[in-house]
Amino acid sequence: MRPYIPKDNVQAKSYYTDRYYVAPQVPKEDVSTDEVFAADLAAISAKFEVKESYLQVGQLVVYINAKDIYGVLEFMRDELKYTQLTEMSAIDWLAKDNTFEIFYQMLSMTKRKRVRVKYFIENGQAVDSVEKLFRSADWSEREMYDMFGIVANNHPFMKRILMPYDWQGHPLLKTYPLEGDEFAAWYEVDKIYGKEARDIIGPEIRDTSRVDRYDSERFARLGYEVPKGTKITGDEPKNPNPYQEEGGVFLIKKFDKESSKIVDDPQR
Amino acid sequence: MAQHKVNYTQDGGLPVALTSIDKIVNWGRSNSIWALTYGLACCGIEMMASGASRFDFDRYGTIFRASPRQADVMIVAGTLTKKHAEFIKRLYDQMTEPRWVISMGSCANTGGMFNTYSTVQGCDRIIPVDLYLPGCAPRPETLQYGVMLLQKKIRANKAGNAQKAKRLM
Ligand code: SF4
Repeated sequence: MRPYIPKDNVQAKSYYTDRYYVAPQVPKEDVSTDEVFAADLAAISAKFEVKESYLQVGQLVVYINAKDIYGVLEFMRDELKYTQLTEMSAIDWLAKDNTFEIFYQMLSMTKRKRVRVKYFIENGQAVDSVEKLFRSADWSEREMYDMFGIVANNHPFMKRILMPYDWQGHPLLKTYPLEGDEFAAWYEVDKIYGKEARDIIGPEIRDTSRVDRYDSERFARLGYEVPKGTKITGDEPKNPNPYQEEGGVFLIKKFDKESSKIVDDPQR
Repeated sequence: MAQHKVNYTQDGGLPVALTSIDKIVNWGRSNSIWALTYGLACCGIEMMASGASRFDFDRYGTIFRASPRQADVMIVAGTLTKKHAEFIKRLYDQMTEPRWVISMGSCANTGGMFNTYSTVQGCDRIIPVDLYLPGCAPRPETLQYGVMLLQKKIRANKAGNAQKAKRLM
């Protein structure tokens, strides 16, 4: 990991160049300080290999081997009463050591405890689907595939869930640019009008705050409108823009500000 | 029978008004702008508020329709994602001419705060837009004013020839 660099001038530099900043860690405690977790950990480590374990913010974190994940979650669900998989996804550590960290957040309603099961996989390696154990893993694993490109084996419908099916790239990878790559920039134009329309439509304008009051092709100053393409000098006449045209509107009574009653009592 | 008889020469005159075809067609069009129900994100809530009792779009003759085939104006109210881009084009093509488009809110105008890979940077990349309403979200008054301006725009154009086909290509 690269060291933390202070980003003082956030205004001028709207995007942090350092996208691999690692937040400081909350202190870790030993598992033996909590009886329930200590018993759970002993039960898990009796059947499976536990690489590392600690308590963090009152939750148990367990690192296991990738091949054990289905067995561990089944054991936790059936024997240890962790009946809900509330969340699962991946963390991109490709820049550090070419791995992904996969986490499963488990909840036990009877014990009122949460356990996070984690393991590392190599880049390009597939994980085992736990969709047969927890229905919530169905969409989570599809999202993981969509965002990181990690395939889950034995998943019933391993397709993208958020991005369109014909999308290329996995947007939550840290190497993916926030504003999209070449494919993303032209996606809608290519799909609807075809590649030959790129010249006509032109590239995306990403600076949304750009306003040029001397450009009368694309911008108009409210109340000082001029015909399109006029050269702006700065002393355009004020252009009152009443709702109704001067001659009045056919069959509609002319609105007359003077003769109308203005109610200025807020309570009326 | 006799009590239904109206004396046209006395009770407010003959029910006849003279005008040009342009004016009467534009009068009809501009006072019955049926809008496509098309709330894409949070701006859609303001669009609904404009249609509801406090702001009351019905008095402009603007009634929300659930089908593009019955709609005259498409109010693009919200964030247009790239996944949805092909559908906005399809809905626009399904609307009968003459048709108009109001782009409501920063997202539909320019992509707004979503300077990301998944948001279309302005719905005018896909369909031609008549009016851009600034704001995030624009107040219902802005949308009302937008509809008034659109009425004015409709009245200012000739109705005789069918509206020039507005397509990007
Ligand atoms: S302009 Fe603002 S209110 Fe409207 S859709 Fe975008 S984010 Fe929501």
